[in-house]
Amino acid sequence: MTAATDAIVRGATRDWEPVIGLEVHVELDTATKMFCSCAVTKGDPPNTHTCPVCLAHPGALPVVNQRAVEYATRIALALNCTVRPRNVFHRKNYFYPDLPKAYQISQFDEPLAVDGWFEYWVGDEKLRCRVNRVHMEEDAAKLVHAGGEAGRIAGSDSSVVDFNRGGTPLIEIVTEPDIPSPAAAREFLQQMRDLVVELGVSACTMEEGQVRWDANISVRPVGSGELGTRTELKNMNSFRFLQQALESELPRQIAVLEAGGRIDQETLHFDPDTGTTTPLRSKEEAHDYRYFPEPDLVPLVMDPAWVDEVRAALPELPAARVVRFMERYGLARADALVIGGPGALARFYEAVVAEGVDPKLAANWTMGEYLAHLNAAGLEPGHGHVTPERLAALVRLVADGVVSTSAAKDVFAKMIEERGEPADVVERHGLAQLSDVAALEAAVAEVVAGHPSQVEQYRAGKQQVLGFLVGQVMKATGGRANPKLVNDLLRTALDR
Amino acid sequence: MIGEDDVRYVARLARLRLEQDEMRRMTAELAKILAHIDKMSELDTSAVPPTAHVLDLVDVTRADRVEPGLSREDALRNAPAVADDSFRIPRMG
Repeated sequence: MTAATDAIVRGATRDWEPVIGLEVHVELDTATKMFCSCAVTKGDPPNTHTCPVCLAHPGALPVVNQRAVEYATRIALALNCTVRPRNVFHRKNYFYPDLPKAYQISQFDEPLAVDGWFEYWVGDEKLRCRVNRVHMEEDAAKLVHAGGEAGRIAGSDSSVVDFNRGGTPLIEIVTEPDIPSPAAAREFLQQMRDLVVELGVSACTMEEGQVRWDANISVRPVGSGELGTRTELKNMNSFRFLQQALESELPRQIAVLEAGGRIDQETLHFDPDTGTTTPLRSKEEAHDYRYFPEPDLVPLVMDPAWVDEVRAALPELPAARVVRFMERYGLARADALVIGGPGALARFYEAVVAEGVDPKLAANWTMGEYLAHLNAAGLEPGHGHVTPERLAALVRLVADGVVSTSAAKDVFAKMIEERGEPADVVERHGLAQLSDVAALEAAVAEVVAGHPSQVEQYRAGKQQVLGFLVGQVMKATGGRANPKLVNDLLRTALDR
Repeated sequence: MIGEDDVRYVARLARLRLEQDEMRRMTAELAKILAHIDKMSELDTSAVPPTAHVLDLVDVTRADRVEPGLSREDALRNAPAVADDSFRIPRMG
């Protein structure tokens, strides 16, 4: 099975395959906006970071943010794109209240970069998606609708505009329609987000909408080389919603085609409450953006030596790191993806391993208890009381047989509760593994005496019962008994 | 040749409402402007690169350094209506 064959949808008349492309927008974490020196911030009071440029006062002139160009170039190079020697900004004209100039400064036929590709994993399969282009533009302001956050003006039939976000540097990444399934689209986005975060150009915070995406999707008979008419899906603000939206659009298109109908090229809005898509307003409003070169900005000429410098300074990218983790630490691919994909988690893991503990055991604890703890506490990797040194110390206690694996989970929980060192926690709560033979022999004898029928079954040849009896001894010792020792002692006792 | 339909379309893109007599006048005027452009198109410009503006400049950028902008009070001074420290507009969406 491959991601492509997995994605085939059986229709009433024939088998269909989805064809998916994505448009990803990323807000850059520069200090200032794309074309003016207002601060880029999150969560500040409304309209406290504006100036004549980002409010579109007459006569105000935009000037390109050099760092935004550098950050965008990093993204383009990490996506294996060709950075074009000459860049021109265009005006994209449309009226909307979040766009005070009535045009967005964007790029059109002379964008930053073209013709790249991105490789991502779906299960054990590495897929490649071509990247059509990467270009630079500016974000719109934030509209707050009455009855929503601005409840105070509810009933007044108005919206309010906060221009703090207006003009934030925004990167658009457009893929070719190379993605074979909704599940693959989700993987693509998760792994691309890891990549952008790794580049240090955006935290890609989902709650803040720092990374957003639209998808286009069409279907075609399996094996057909032609592209069907596509629809564009909007309003999918989580990875899960993206997958859901695509999964609900697939059968709709197939049903239309099998009934002899035609797919309208239209924009559909995903409703997370119903899990379905509905068309946006009429096609009469089809956009005519009347792009033309922005006369207020001069072209950017991309010096090849500078581009090479940016390329040389790229960090190790997640895809390369995943492979390195597999080779160097002997991790399975699925584990290497979980730990090696997101940069912060990867760095935490390597700090644990650097303490000299077994890499596989360290991986199990990083992916297991540690990741569960981060999710439960809403923490980013590397934050909180569980430092790499502490996790390594715990892993070492397990490896040395000082605590059993099950007791170690209690130790981990108490490390967080008490903000303590694992060794102290073990000491304080008496969680050390019981390896005292005399004491364990007593516990074993008790269990053997207390379960005559199971003992008889075992002696009659039913070996599986041993596991049950080991469990009883573990239970009797509060999970602290050394399981291997218990195993040996039980066998000795039973075979007697 | 430009017709009233074209003018109506362009007017809608520009959010302009034109009365019938304005429509007729605009159609005639735009036709003249386009005829003038056609006249210029007679020149052989095959050796002239497309030029978006007249400055012989490239790579004008600025450092990513925050400079003070407008106070909120000043920013909102031009707003036709204000609510919640923001520009208030007719309801969207």
